[in-house]
Amino acid sequence: METNWIGCWALFVKEVRRFYSVAVQTVFAPVVSSLLYLLIFGQVIDTKIEVFSGLSYSQFLIPGLVMMTILQNAFSNTSSSLIQSKMHGNLTFVMLSPISPLEFYLAFVGASIIRGLAVGLGVLVVGIVGFDIAWESPLWILLFAVLSAAIMGGVGMTAGILSDKYDHLAAFQNFIIIPLTFLSGVFYSIHALPAFWQVFSHFNPFFYMVDGFRYGFFAQSDVSIYLSLGVTTLFFLGITAINLILLYKGVKIRN
Amino acid sequence: MSAPAVSFQAVKKQYGSLEALKGVSFDVRPGSFFGLLGPNGAGKSTLINSMAGLVKPTSGKILVNGHDVNTDYRQARRYLGVVPQELISDPFFTLRELLDIQSGYFGLRSREQRMWISELLERLALTDKANAVTNELSGGMKRRVLIAMALVHRPQVLVLDEPTAGVDVDLRRTLWEFTKELHKKGHTIILTTHYLEEAEALCEEVAIVKGGELKALEATSDLLSRHNYRYLRVVLESLAGFEKEKLSPELKERFIEQDANGLMFKLEKNVPLNQMLSWLSQSHLSVKDLTSRDATLEEVFLDLTGEA
Repeated sequence: METNWIGCWALFVKEVRRFYSVAVQTVFAPVVSSLLYLLIFGQVIDTKIEVFSGLSYSQFLIPGLVMMTILQNAFSNTSSSLIQSKMHGNLTFVMLSPISPLEFYLAFVGASIIRGLAVGLGVLVVGIVGFDIAWESPLWILLFAVLSAAIMGGVGMTAGILSDKYDHLAAFQNFIIIPLTFLSGVFYSIHALPAFWQVFSHFNPFFYMVDGFRYGFFAQSDVSIYLSLGVTTLFFLGITAINLILLYKGVKIRN
Repeated sequence: MSAPAVSFQAVKKQYGSLEALKGVSFDVRPGSFFGLLGPNGAGKSTLINSMAGLVKPTSGKILVNGHDVNTDYRQARRYLGVVPQELISDPFFTLRELLDIQSGYFGLRSREQRMWISELLERLALTDKANAVTNELSGGMKRRVLIAMALVHRPQVLVLDEPTAGVDVDLRRTLWEFTKELHKKGHTIILTTHYLEEAEALCEEVAIVKGGELKALEATSDLLSRHNYRYLRVVLESLAGFEKEKLSPELKERFIEQDANGLMFKLEKNVPLNQMLSWLSQSHLSVKDLTSRDATLEEVFLDLTGEA
């Protein structure tokens, strides 16, 4: 099978340079926003709640905030890039090139992983400096960070492909991504929830990403790490399949 | 015999209940300067976008240099450079960066490629703007950028979709000089334009589409000579008191328009000129001068598309 890895790499580098060229908006601003959560929730609630045994609330919160920024920024990277490219028309340049749908997908998702990790790392560094953060299993941390960023890069791609204008994308972000992120256990353990919401949380795939990621820090989690890995992997495969179908069929981009 | 540069084979495209292309089939010879003409909504851009892979035909096949644009799209796209009709910009990258990125998409990373980019910038008078982002450029400059982007991988077939729409005279001249040069070097040029005098001057062969169907396909000169009419401009001693109603029935049905000094008639080629003079005399018109010319491509186009 013929491949065009140079083309795929060129598109990946272009996508990374695109967000890097406006790093204040795409990297630093989300880091600051997340730190505000830490300042507000951490300082106010820190001494009043113990979520996991032996951990302060701020210690519990930091991995959740890191994962939240990874998820939201990975989503933003692909979705905003695609919608902007559609609006400016420059998506046509890629469409006219010999880049396959798979290479297109890999380049965009790869760049969203880089942005997600860059912003997440920014939050993590501040967390490490200010708080005593454990590193029980760095491999789990890295695996969930990359897998989750890839998933959200993929979700952002689906949203970017299906949206015809910024308004559609904003609806996707405000009514799906943000609620699912906030209800994923970033700010709490689901054991603190009433029974109904505990059950509901198990149907939120974002919960498994946050819980698995947090396990890497504390070796403690709400559900088994293997269940989290299984659900997250399935989600990744599902969103990859959806995007490849959309790209091969040319939905909304090759009408 | 070499494969056609582009081959459209029973291409259909349906948008809901609208049949934009109704089974269009024709070939474009390698190395030709080919005009694709038609009124607005005829299906020209759908044809071009289908060829470029920007639109998926409902059925049929399109081959570029023998490569199917759907199943063998990588090769097909390497042979094809498309200058789209809509102006495109990118607020994040400079012009040189865009050309470099586009080269990368085609797997081109060599020193020669960078030199080709510099050459393109120079030939299209864009060197001064190489470090500007495209958002800062005028419409004419953006049009040149699109041409540079289409040529960055040195395609054999260059498709220009309305390249001179909204472009000033200078740029139009530069563009045609450059295009003619590419044609001389053996590139196949496919052009759609609303300026039919351009198509007449440049294209060796034209296809006329209307309502998603091919109405004509032949050498421009054959199409013009095969046309059944010529045009006669009659300058009268005086136009004072002229009324169309006073013309003989034969002249009245051939009358087209009146201008400041004369009258224009559309005459079948088998009608002799002395017959025309006789009809003018019967209508009591005293002729000062009479000029005859063959139909222009625009007039043939209007006849074939029924837009006259």
